[in-house]
Amino acid sequence: MQKQNTIAVAMSGGVDSSTVAAMLAQSGDQVVGLTLQLWDQTRLAGKHGIPDAPKAGRCCSLDDVYDARRVAEHLGIPYYVVKQEERFEQDVVRPFVREYLAGRTPIPCSLCNNHLKFDQLLKTARSIGASRIATGHYAVNEYDERRGRWILKRPADLAKDQTYFLFGLTQEQLAHTLFPLGRLTKPEVRAQARQQGLALAEKPDSQEICFIPGGDYKQFLTAYLEEQGERAPETAGELVASSGEVLGRHDGISNFTVGQRKGLGVASPSPLYVLQIDPASHRVTVGADAELATRTLRARDLNWISIPTLTGPMRVKIKIRHRHEPAWATLEPGAEGEAVATFDEPQRAVTPGQSAVFYDGDEVVGGGWII
Amino acid sequence: MAHGGFQRVRVYMDANATTPLLPEVVEAMHPYWIEHFGNASSIHMEGQRARTAIDRARETMAGFFNCHDAEVVFNSGGTEGDNTALFGLLRPGDHLITTSIEHSAVLQAAHRLAERGAEVTFVDPLPSGLIDPEAVRNALRPNTRLISVMLANNETGVLQPVQEIGKIAAEAGAFFHIDAVQGAGKVPFDMRQFGCHLLSISAHKMHGPKGVGAMFVRRGTPVESLLVGGSHERRRRAGTENVAGIVGLAKAAELAMQSLEDGTMDRVAALRDRLEREILKMPGTGLNGAGEDGMPVPRAANTTNIWFDQLEGEALVIALDLKGVAVSGGSACHSGATEPSHVLLAMGLNKNRARASLRFSLLKTATEADVDHVLRVVPEAVEHLRAISPVAAGTLG
Repeated sequence: MQKQNTIAVAMSGGVDSSTVAAMLAQSGDQVVGLTLQLWDQTRLAGKHGIPDAPKAGRCCSLDDVYDARRVAEHLGIPYYVVKQEERFEQDVVRPFVREYLAGRTPIPCSLCNNHLKFDQLLKTARSIGASRIATGHYAVNEYDERRGRWILKRPADLAKDQTYFLFGLTQEQLAHTLFPLGRLTKPEVRAQARQQGLALAEKPDSQEICFIPGGDYKQFLTAYLEEQGERAPETAGELVASSGEVLGRHDGISNFTVGQRKGLGVASPSPLYVLQIDPASHRVTVGADAELATRTLRARDLNWISIPTLTGPMRVKIKIRHRHEPAWATLEPGAEGEAVATFDEPQRAVTPGQSAVFYDGDEVVGGGWII
Repeated sequence: MAHGGFQRVRVYMDANATTPLLPEVVEAMHPYWIEHFGNASSIHMEGQRARTAIDRARETMAGFFNCHDAEVVFNSGGTEGDNTALFGLLRPGDHLITTSIEHSAVLQAAHRLAERGAEVTFVDPLPSGLIDPEAVRNALRPNTRLISVMLANNETGVLQPVQEIGKIAAEAGAFFHIDAVQGAGKVPFDMRQFGCHLLSISAHKMHGPKGVGAMFVRRGTPVESLLVGGSHERRRRAGTENVAGIVGLAKAAELAMQSLEDGTMDRVAALRDRLEREILKMPGTGLNGAGEDGMPVPRAANTTNIWFDQLEGEALVIALDLKGVAVSGGSACHSGATEPSHVLLAMGLNKNRARASLRFSLLKTATEADVDHVLRVVPEAVEHLRAISPVAAGTLG
């Protein structure tokens, strides 16, 4: 029988999670490697311009499963591939498609973290006799006695900070998760990987959405809907200026993202940007860069980490997209479980479908989805 | 592998995936790597020594199949045999009858033939896992050229009524191929009685080496070779013979014939029955491969397939592995993850139950102690899983 301290490491075949497995195996913990098989990279290959052969460095590609398995073999730890394709499609891919068709700009990685990487992985880990999971995310989690809560904090390497994608973690999940890279920088992680003799120490980081090889989400939407035998809903409509003047027509709202400049199909003396997408009227409003700035934001489906719940106004810094510098705002409870934020300075391109994550210093207070 | 800290006692109950070589097999093969390394096509003594080894092996295999020496063709294993039967006999416009519970070596070959203009009928099994011979008869068409049905199913062990299907093929004037990979060494073979024209086996399912197999090809069967090149195997399979492998296959077949006669397989069946009986005492379990009376239909002696309510088979397979018990869930796929078994789905199980099913397949060297160990570990693991996420299985598609 294995001891109580078995740790299941989520191994993606990348440098970060491989190094986590190596560090834990080194420290004498009983380690089991698990790879979640989430998406068949060959499924839509070659359709509507999607590349035929999946690129390396993509989670769920056979190459990455191979890399993860080679690391497990090198470390001498048991390793398994756990198939979660149906759940991934149901909880991540379908909502992703639905959001785009509704004129919003989704972040599949946060959905995947909420539904698969932590929820399902922890269940699987417990099923096989492990009590905790470890991942290669750059984040810090620690228990705060005073508040009696698990706290999620930004990592030492702020350039690699992944807390933005982790705002949905529950207290239960935080209590049973290890982020061994939280206090290391990426160069230190690569050095560790080299030191442990991992052949993939120099493997490049993956950047794009894992199930969209080539990174073109429009190709993906077309190919996926065709495979499903579904027609994309007709969402062609008017392209209007903020004054209400009709500038032209567009082919569908899923082609647009708030803040987008290219591919608007209208000529203008000064650069135009997408300001707003109205899913009901299919109207896309465009205007000058300055018009993108807004002072308020509403968020739904909130999750709170450092506080039990929001009861009154709170000063926080808010991050509204992955590469956004958190900005000062006052956060207040809104109607129907929503939260309303008022920024001190107007923020550019607040985009429905993205998440808003609230920070108090280094701590993640909580977060939600931008309406 | 150095799996530090985890259970070191290992009980292997996945014989339908593969089996270890018996020491006698290793010993028989050994001289043919370095000492007698010749190419059996060569004129000189070294070549003749290899030729003699293959001839002897062929004679042994003819005894195993109960056929003529000239009807034995050595190849690389079950997939090659299955592919040869289908691609070697069928042309566009021909009709193939097979079943939905075949190994993918038959299923995928059939799909490719269909893409190339052949007609294919997949006969579904009864809920017991048995193929009804009448369903095969009803699928006959004037252009039916080949019927391909497995002897023992790899997932359930269920033995198909090949003799009756052989008669139907003879009446219809169609060729009959049996994928006997999972039947080899578990039931006695008699090609005349089976009424087949082609039959495929693989060495590694019966304690022989991987990468070698054999095919019975009845005289006069116009099956085209899959590989072309030299005139090896009477032009039925090109490529320099895998001499050591062929010797190993023959030795394994010889030992398998002994095991069928000396009561070994009866002993394995008794162990399997005890294992099955005890596991089925747990609540929320049931047998895949039972007839309408609830009793098992005829099966290979070493196999049982059991469903466990309220859990995911994949997690149970991993949990058991970490506790030292090797079994299998669905069919393994390329990455090592599992799909729900197409066999169980074809038998009418829903996806959740198919996913929550485990196959125990015993080696012929299995012992009472092996069964004891498994019976200690399985109930504990099942209860643990059910306690942790009782509805996990129910939440999946």
